[in-house]
Order: sequence, then C-alpha cells, then structure tokens
Amino acid sequence: MSSKPIRVRTRLRNNITTVKALISHPMETGLRKDKKTGELLPAHYIQEITCKHNGTLKVLLEFGISVSRDPFIEFELEGGARGDMLELAWKDNKGETDSITVPIK
Amino acid sequence: MMATNIKRRLFMQQSVLTGLSGSAAAIGLLKPQVIFAAWDQNAFDSRTVSEGIKKGLGATSAALSEQILIEAPDIAADGATVRVVVEVKLQDVQSIALLAEKNPKPLCYIFHPGAGVRPKMTIRIKMGESGDVVAAVKAGGKLYTARRNVTVTAGGCA
Repeated sequence: MSSKPIRVRTRLRNNITTVKALISHPMETGLRKDKKTGELLPAHYIQEITCKHNGTLKVLLEFGISVSRDPFIEFELEGGARGDMLELAWKDNKGETDSITVPIK
Repeated sequence: MMATNIKRRLFMQQSVLTGLSGSAAAIGLLKPQVIFAAWDQNAFDSRTVSEGIKKGLGATSAALSEQILIEAPDIAADGATVRVVVEVKLQDVQSIALLAEKNPKPLCYIFHPGAGVRPKMTIRIKMGESGDVVAAVKAGGKLYTARRNVTVTAGGCA
C-alpha cells in the first residue's frame, strides 16, 4: 500500500475534462541492486490503472517497469459535466491496490 | 492468458466503436477483476520494440504515420523521469503503446481509451540511455507507428 493518497486534479473546459493524477509508488523495476548487499531489489510496480466515469470504465492503462517512480499521468475525457464522479484505481504486481473518487470540477 | 487478452481487446474495441449508449451497460457490468486479471507479463517482458508491439498490440506490419504526435525533450538531463506526450489524430483508436527502444524492457505502457476518451496520454518514463521513443497505435484494426529521438545525459534505469 502506498504511503500517500492518489492526487487528482480535474479541469472541465469546452466539453473536455483534463485529468491529472500523481500516484505515490516506488515503481521498482526488479533490475536494480541494493548498493549495500548487492542483492536485486524485488520488483514492485503498478501494472494497471483504471478510470471510471460515473461508474463506467473509460480508461485502462497498463504499465511496464519503464514508468517513472511516482507515476504522473494526464489524459482527457469528452462529454463530462461538473459533479460527475471519476474513480481512479491502480493495482501493482504484488496485488496491492488503491483508489480515489473525485468529482469533476 | 490468450483468451483473456482477446476478451479485453474486444471489450475495448466495442467501447470505442459503439459509443456510450450501447457499450456503457456492458462495460458497467464487467467486474473489475476481469480487467485486472488480463495484464500480460509476456508482452511487458519483451526485449525489443518489435516484440513489444507484436505481443502488446497483436500486430506486426506497421505504417509510419504523421498523425501520431510525440512530444518529448530533445535532451533529457535526468533519465529517471522523461516526460512524453503521445497524441493521435487518427480515427477509431483502440490502443496506444509507448516503447523506449534502448530500455531492457522497452514496453512502457499500453493505453486503451474507452468511449469519449481522447487518444492522448502524458506520462513520465525511465530511459536508461539515449535512444528513440516509439509510439505504436492500433486504429481501425491497423497498426501505425512514429518515433522520436531523446538524448539522455544521465541514464535512469540503474
């Protein structure tokens, strides 16, 4: 489980909602070595992110190990209205999950 | 594994092509577990761009397209976090994949935009060394690609 909650910012302009999300996560590749022990640090990275709009799945984003630590993503939805609910959720390779639900502003 | 990949791609294709009203109910009824179970280890373990595109998007022969816009720095001072924007002007976009050619596992992401989602994604990726970032797009059942070179002065994979 990540230490900090997902941060989401939405902005609705001209029928387009821009969604920006910052997720706290180590995104450890499994290819790095511990500098002290020389052991490989186990892989720990987000594999899937979803976004639901008023309960309907709209975005599926699959990650590999090349995504940076503390992933930042930005995407755009059409046809949203102020007050519509967006649920952003992620799941990592260890099966850990987190989600947040915010209204479109 | 293959069956769930096909199911997931069909669901996403339907959502893009049929629009909100027809597919919304279907998407709403799909349990999240079905989607989460479909992440493809085999695709994301790909060692080359062509392997990543083939396993990630299920297509091989690609056409270079000027309708795929990649925004990335010409020179990245820190390979640990390189901001890349991919924006696609093609119609009927089903999936967008981004690959970093010189990374040990080049496939960075596969983005499946549903109904009403613009085929545009901004993300930060790790680049171990200078090289091309490649965007591969499945649109209308066909495959298109574009690439852009990024010079990395301090590698970010190690």
